[in-house]
Amino acid sequence: MLLILCPYCGPRAEIEFRCGGESHIERPGPYSEVDDGAWADYLFTRKNPKGEHRERWLHAAGCRQWFNVARDTVSHTILAVYPMGKTRPPTEAGT
Amino acid sequence: MGTFSFGSLLRNAMAGHKDWPRQWRAPDPKPAYDAIIVGAGGHGLATAYYLAKEHGVRNVAVLEKGWLGGGNTGRNTTIIRSNYLWEESEALYDHAVKLWEGLSHELNYNVMYSPRGVLMLAHNIHDIQVFKRHVHANRLAGIDNEWLTAEQAKEFCPPLNIAPGMRYPVLGAALRRRGGVARYDAVAWGYARAADRLGVDIIQNCEVKGIRRDANGAVTGVETTRGDIATKKIGVVAAGHTSVVMSMADVRMPLESFPLQALVSEPVKPVMPCVVMSNTIHAYISQSDKGELVIGAGTDQYISYSQTGGLHITTHTLDAICELFPMFRRMRMLRNWGGIVDVTPDRSPIIGKTPVPGLFVNCGWGTGGFKATPGSGHVFAATIARDEPHPIAAPFTMERFVTGRLIDEAAAAAVAH
Ligand SMILES: Cc1cc2nc3c(=O)[nH]c(=O)nc-3n(C[C@H](O)[C@H](O)[C@H](O)COP(=O)(O)OP(=O)(O)OC[C@H]3O[C@@H](n4cnc5c(N)ncnc54)[C@H](O)[C@@H]3O)c2cc1C
Ligand SMILES: [Zn+2]
Repeated sequence: MLLILCPYCGPRAEIEFRCGGESHIERPGPYSEVDDGAWADYLFTRKNPKGEHRERWLHAAGCRQWFNVARDTVSHTILAVYPMGKTRPPTEAGT
Repeated sequence: MGTFSFGSLLRNAMAGHKDWPRQWRAPDPKPAYDAIIVGAGGHGLATAYYLAKEHGVRNVAVLEKGWLGGGNTGRNTTIIRSNYLWEESEALYDHAVKLWEGLSHELNYNVMYSPRGVLMLAHNIHDIQVFKRHVHANRLAGIDNEWLTAEQAKEFCPPLNIAPGMRYPVLGAALRRRGGVARYDAVAWGYARAADRLGVDIIQNCEVKGIRRDANGAVTGVETTRGDIATKKIGVVAAGHTSVVMSMADVRMPLESFPLQALVSEPVKPVMPCVVMSNTIHAYISQSDKGELVIGAGTDQYISYSQTGGLHITTHTLDAICELFPMFRRMRMLRNWGGIVDVTPDRSPIIGKTPVPGLFVNCGWGTGGFKATPGSGHVFAATIARDEPHPIAAPFTMERFVTGRLIDEAAAAAVAH
């Protein structure tokens, strides 16, 4: 089980959280100019990397806030935790 | 290599089993092949076998980064059934069930296919409605599936607890009599041996690191840890690592890879007559011929390539098993492991061509592809050989995510197998 550092509540066990999948997927627009391929990409295509992954987590059984996590998908090490709407801080470990 | 027969078993038994020959060769890679299959799991080996047997494409290599059958094929709980909801899936999975029935004979290898019945438990009104809908849909498609009351379910599987006071009472069950289990490593070995006999090179400890392409984008070969190999056709059958391999040809996939776990108990005398699954409380169980209870758990919620899952996932499943089968409460669990499963948004596989000429993919079997092994290999081989989708595989192209013609099997496939 992961130990996740909620930026609002501190370190808590993974079972308190919900993983919301890949972060930083932008909705394409404007609506009328988006073709089916771009919608499919937005809805379904995922990076699914072996290595660093940026993903959204929800502290569901806690403060109910969303935030971003950069995590290694092989070692499960959490490399950074950062707020929604921000990009991953480049100073931390990883790339 | 010889053919297995009563005579050969007898002769070797008399000789103390010391004279059995190797069952397949360990060849070095040739400079070029007509087709290369990436991944020597059951699906990849079956693909190579049917390419050689039914399409006369014998100059084939199967490249495996580890040992053959060491991926999900060797990690799964081997439940076989075809009671999926949509006609496309019913056709695909039932194609496999029909091949399972003659597979030991076809491969001259005992895959220990045992159609002992698969019982899927309903614990709430929603389950009842969904399962009855499946029963009716399956009957229309000519696939046996029947609805049982809780008492009938207990009669079919005596260890089952149907006491009304349970946290999640058993309200009924769908029974697929032709469903069952098979021996996972015999499936991998049987296909490996049969493919090898037809001239297929199975090359283990050979990881594909890159995919080479010409100016038009068509594939020209692969780069591996054992050197470069030329080919004009590549079939990627890499399960949990599909996104990684496909990214070598700049193809992005609608896939996410999650750990899925299973565990086995100490061996005991025969006690479980069938397979029991519960999607709602995340548990499924059967008994192997060795006597171990084989128990399947759920997936972790995050992407992972670690082949291990969280312990809380398995303990959650054991809670459910103890409630469903109180007599197993004092059994000791011997081993627990994980495999990395590649999950699509609609829980149906992707089989077919890709935007890259010469590159084919067979993936997205997620938590439930073992049952499809023979059928998957069969239709994928036809797709590669003819360069157009086999009719049964045709609905399962990647384009369905663009056209919107999804084959949503979340109710039939998610969590359970
Ligand atoms: C715990 C668990 C329980 C399951 N239970 C069931 C069940 O009850 N019923 C059911 O139907 N299904 C079940 N499944 C799913 C089933 O195991 C899979 O869908 C199926 O086995 C996939 O077969 P495969 O041949 O495609 O994959 P695999 O057997 O995983 O083969 C893929 C191979 O590709 C190789 N590979 C990857 N990358 C490379 C590379 N770059 N170069 C060379 N080789 C590479 C891997 O090493 C691997 O051997 C379960 C899975 C798990 C993990
Ligand atoms: Zn919090």
